[in-house]
Amino acid sequence: MAASSEGGAPVTHAPTPSARIRHGHWPWRIRALVRRHEDRAWRVSARVASMLPLVGVLFIVIVLALKAWPATKVNGASFLTSSQWVPGNTYGAVVHTYGVAHPMGSSYGAWPLIAGTLETSVIALIIALPISLGTAFALTERLPRWVAQPITFFVEILAGIPSVIIGLWGVLQLGPFLAKHVYPLVANHVPNVPVLRFFRGSTGYGEGLLTSGLILGLMIVPIIASTTRDLFLQVPPLPKEGAEALGMTDAEVARRVTIPWVRSGIIGATVLGLGRALGETIAVAMVSGSILGKLSPNIYGTMTTIAATIVSQLDSAATDGTGFAIATLAEAGLLLGIIAILVNLAARGIVRRSATHAAPVGRV
Amino acid sequence: MTIVSQSYPKTSWRRFKASVFRAMTLLALLFVVGPALWLVLGVVIRAVPNWKWSVLTTLSQGTSGGLENAVVGTLVIMAGVLLVAGSVGVLTGIHLAELAPTRKNGRAGGGLFRFAVDVLAGFPSIVLGYAGYVALCVALHWGFSLLPAILILSLMVVPYVTKSTESALRQVPTTYREGAEALGMSAGYSLRKVVLKSALPGIVTGLLIALAVAGGETAPLLYTAGATNSLPSWSLLHHPISYLTYYVWTDYNQPSAQAHVVSYDAALILVVLVLTLLVVSRLVVARTQRHSESFR
Repeated sequence: MAASSEGGAPVTHAPTPSARIRHGHWPWRIRALVRRHEDRAWRVSARVASMLPLVGVLFIVIVLALKAWPATKVNGASFLTSSQWVPGNTYGAVVHTYGVAHPMGSSYGAWPLIAGTLETSVIALIIALPISLGTAFALTERLPRWVAQPITFFVEILAGIPSVIIGLWGVLQLGPFLAKHVYPLVANHVPNVPVLRFFRGSTGYGEGLLTSGLILGLMIVPIIASTTRDLFLQVPPLPKEGAEALGMTDAEVARRVTIPWVRSGIIGATVLGLGRALGETIAVAMVSGSILGKLSPNIYGTMTTIAATIVSQLDSAATDGTGFAIATLAEAGLLLGIIAILVNLAARGIVRRSATHAAPVGRV
Repeated sequence: MTIVSQSYPKTSWRRFKASVFRAMTLLALLFVVGPALWLVLGVVIRAVPNWKWSVLTTLSQGTSGGLENAVVGTLVIMAGVLLVAGSVGVLTGIHLAELAPTRKNGRAGGGLFRFAVDVLAGFPSIVLGYAGYVALCVALHWGFSLLPAILILSLMVVPYVTKSTESALRQVPTTYREGAEALGMSAGYSLRKVVLKSALPGIVTGLLIALAVAGGETAPLLYTAGATNSLPSWSLLHHPISYLTYYVWTDYNQPSAQAHVVSYDAALILVVLVLTLLVVSRLVVARTQRHSESFR
């Protein structure tokens, strides 16, 4: 900014009070200086700033890949299929495999983590999608404006509630309530047939697979519901009125006109919600029970996800003097990151095609 | 008439289905609003009976004591995020909306930069925090401290700011820009005086949402900010800083009743803080929509 204000480049755009500059009133000098360089300043700073997210992404991916590389060499392909999670004897002998040091007896398999991540996300979607569609319908078509508006407001706010608060409520209030009053009712009355068998057996104390799925469902409902509501509002009234004039009931209008009209947008919002469910950490870490090394035998059992494992295991992983546990967590993180990126890119492709700019409060 | 009656089943059955559909939509609404109300009120009702205002003015002793350090720490982290993510996010939004050339097929330009923002938006927060821990805290020897926390959290919330800035800029009518150009304003001058000014409410909304997210986030901070029972120091590096979500996360499963009180107190402060930010952001949106109707 200390460049000479007099005798610089000729002013091309904004008219400058050049006489006052020559007389040396300093506020005018500064103003003229700003105006002369303003175009370039905006362009350069915006260009530099827009590179920073890219630099950040590259930084994260490179750090994870570098850190995870030794672990991928040692753990191999069985990392995706094995169920063991044994850090080994961190005070014992150090073994070298493929030139990578790791504690004696360490063996890592992420299958329960991967399965847990997928199971909780699928449960969340199964719950959240119909509820979100119903909510969006109720808000746009059923309820009078003075009721719908505050509820819409509330649902959008819900997306911004910190996940640690939802986890706190889930583990201390929702989980115990369900385990006491709801789960036994279901478990004792479900018939012993193939798929439903999963719902039988010990119901635990409210920390586990189903509670995590329910909590995740509650967290992604606002994302799907508020996007779907905005989409429904964009459906032009004429086709709906035409369908009604042909004698369709409102349920038929919804199924045959409104939903098909915005189908790709709904799919996109659902996949965005799936992306959030896959990557959610703290709430799941609090209500999942964080059991490593085994799959849940039924839908109530304790389990863990990739994200929850990273957050709950980093402390103990830091005690591994060879750094192998940290590297294994990096591998798990890389895996989760890749899954999340693919899911989100798919969602964005679908949503962009349907061209909406609905910005719900949640992690969009 | 015959075609209609053949292709559609009996009317009474269809009416019944329609009423079931209506009942289901209201039930769905109940399943959203019910648990959500229970969630907010449940936390508030458990926290309020044990609430003491002295919590805000005493330092924490881990599982007991107050939360002054955590409140101050959260505010410091939020201020840092506002500074870093705010400037980077708004400038990136300006780049994507105004400066990046549009593509040949008429879609918005920005290519790789837009891709990076999209990727960040969907990135699991714990993975960001983990990379921050490995690279900044350990490899660069910064330790648990303020700077890595702010950087990682900013990386996480930049997409919110960028997206809302971009959409706010795109909603500024073209006539404004044309008018500014017709008056002889340079591109930068009209961006500052005309375009940004009318997009300001949208940008502020994005900043408030980003702040709310930053204040309520736990996972990326756990392994970048660390924790301490003393007030934040002025140094950016080597000094851990505490924050509200840490006390919710660590104290909820401690055996003592006092720890539960601390956990719920922190949760209450968080709920009030975050909800205030979100409500204000929605009010800003509502205000703009009322004003923007004049030129639509």
